[in-house]
Amino acid sequence: MLLLAPALALLVALFAFPISVSLLSAFSDGGAYSLGNFARSFELYGGDILYSGAVCVGAVVVTDLLAIAIAGYLTLGENPRIVAILRWLYRWPLFIPFIVAGQMMRSFLAKNGLLNNAIVATGAVDPINTFGLLDWRGVIITFIWKQLPFVTLILAGAMASLDRSMIESARNLGAGRLRALIEIVVPQVTGPLIVASVLTFVTLLSVLSVPVMINAGNPTMITVDMAYRITSLGDYGTANALGVISYLMTAAVAWLYLRQGIRSEPKL
Amino acid sequence: MSTFAPAKWLAYGIVIGLLAFAIFGPILNLALWAVAERWYWPNTLPSQYGFEFWGRVFSERGRAWESLGLSIFIAILTVGVSLLISCPAGYALARLSVPFRGLFMLAFLLPQAFPNLPVYINIAQIFYRTGLNGTVMGVVLVHSLHGLVLSVWIAAAAFAAVDRSLAEAARNLGASQARTFFTVDLPLALPGIMAAAVFVFLDSLDEFTGTYFVGVPDVITLPLLMFNASMGGNYQIAAITALILLIPSVGFMLVIERFLKADVIAKIGG
Repeated sequence: MLLLAPALALLVALFAFPISVSLLSAFSDGGAYSLGNFARSFELYGGDILYSGAVCVGAVVVTDLLAIAIAGYLTLGENPRIVAILRWLYRWPLFIPFIVAGQMMRSFLAKNGLLNNAIVATGAVDPINTFGLLDWRGVIITFIWKQLPFVTLILAGAMASLDRSMIESARNLGAGRLRALIEIVVPQVTGPLIVASVLTFVTLLSVLSVPVMINAGNPTMITVDMAYRITSLGDYGTANALGVISYLMTAAVAWLYLRQGIRSEPKL
Repeated sequence: MSTFAPAKWLAYGIVIGLLAFAIFGPILNLALWAVAERWYWPNTLPSQYGFEFWGRVFSERGRAWESLGLSIFIAILTVGVSLLISCPAGYALARLSVPFRGLFMLAFLLPQAFPNLPVYINIAQIFYRTGLNGTVMGVVLVHSLHGLVLSVWIAAAAFAAVDRSLAEAARNLGASQARTFFTVDLPLALPGIMAAAVFVFLDSLDEFTGTYFVGVPDVITLPLLMFNASMGGNYQIAAITALILLIPSVGFMLVIERFLKADVIAKIGG
């Protein structure tokens, strides 16, 4: 127990204690118990709360689908050269920090960014009609770009350790690769998929840099609102109420996923 | 099956090409900004290239060297604090009969399962009262919280992987528990612990949100310098600092497979 004490002390001082402070602060107003902070949060930032949830869920869903496609091809692909290229390609953004990804996308997705310039170069669009993607779409694209390697890595690892005989017998019985992926492979990796999805959702819900850099207008993500309440107004009550709302959103997503996972026999 | 099908190859080429553009396009755009001296709409590419801004970033007033040094200093201290705390904890969780072991393992995972921004703002408020706000020590402590999660789990896995009979043999030959730990368990678990150290180092180097709240206004690490440049609309300087941050991230991604296989990473999650 003595060996665990320093680690536990740090955990209590820098995690349990701040969380308790945030709960106390969120549920009180001038020392007395009150739900005023929550009322203010929903009144001022109700739209942003929904927006944050929608952006994060959207990013997780698209990331999962793309990750299943890539990991599926890595597992079932028959062309070794394409598999090798894909394996080399997909993981580049793995450890690139969000703030760097945000800066990249800020230039890449802008009206004069490389994406629009490339589309113009193909002749599909006139330079006048280019469109910037620096709004909710930009945030989702950045989130997917950043998280796709992580989810793919976990899924590809899980798929690689599956028993191949079942996949092969299904293929021998005439199932196409897509059908083998959806009906045989994916149901066996729901456990890791759930863990990766929940971790991704939690991570995305507390990213401050990307929404500030790409989409600071209205509506924006609640991380931006929390930072604003504190750095500009010193209003810890409302910021902490928004924080508690983000804990609840995480809990809801974790619960939904876990319930779904139990139904389809997870291998957690 | 192996008939030559040009249409199929074309489809493969297009899909891989689009994916490569989606992955490398943003990186390329950043690199272009780093060497662009003039780039105005609607020019497809910069109209003038050069390294003028590099000189400015690394000049006395650009503060890049100062921030880079500070970031590395903080990352090294964070690795030190995290490992000093997590090695004994990981050893205890892997080897000794700890009551409620599963509960403790879960507790060390919790910070990862909570949105961290609300936690950071309250740490900042607590630190403000104790005078730790705006100090290097304060930032190191915040980074260590995050580092602890990774390093306790990896250290526990590393110690669990060491053959128990080796330590038992040392004990039977009369070595004390401390001596067994330092001469048998620790050296054998070292590769895993080194992996944890690299993870924690990189994590600290890239950390933004916690530093933003706790380090303000005196501790300006490289990510904060980059953020300030970007918010100030100075794309060249933001791009150059971002490129510096990119080097260790991409380098680590390229070598990680050497010491941490994908299926091991999957087991950490599962």
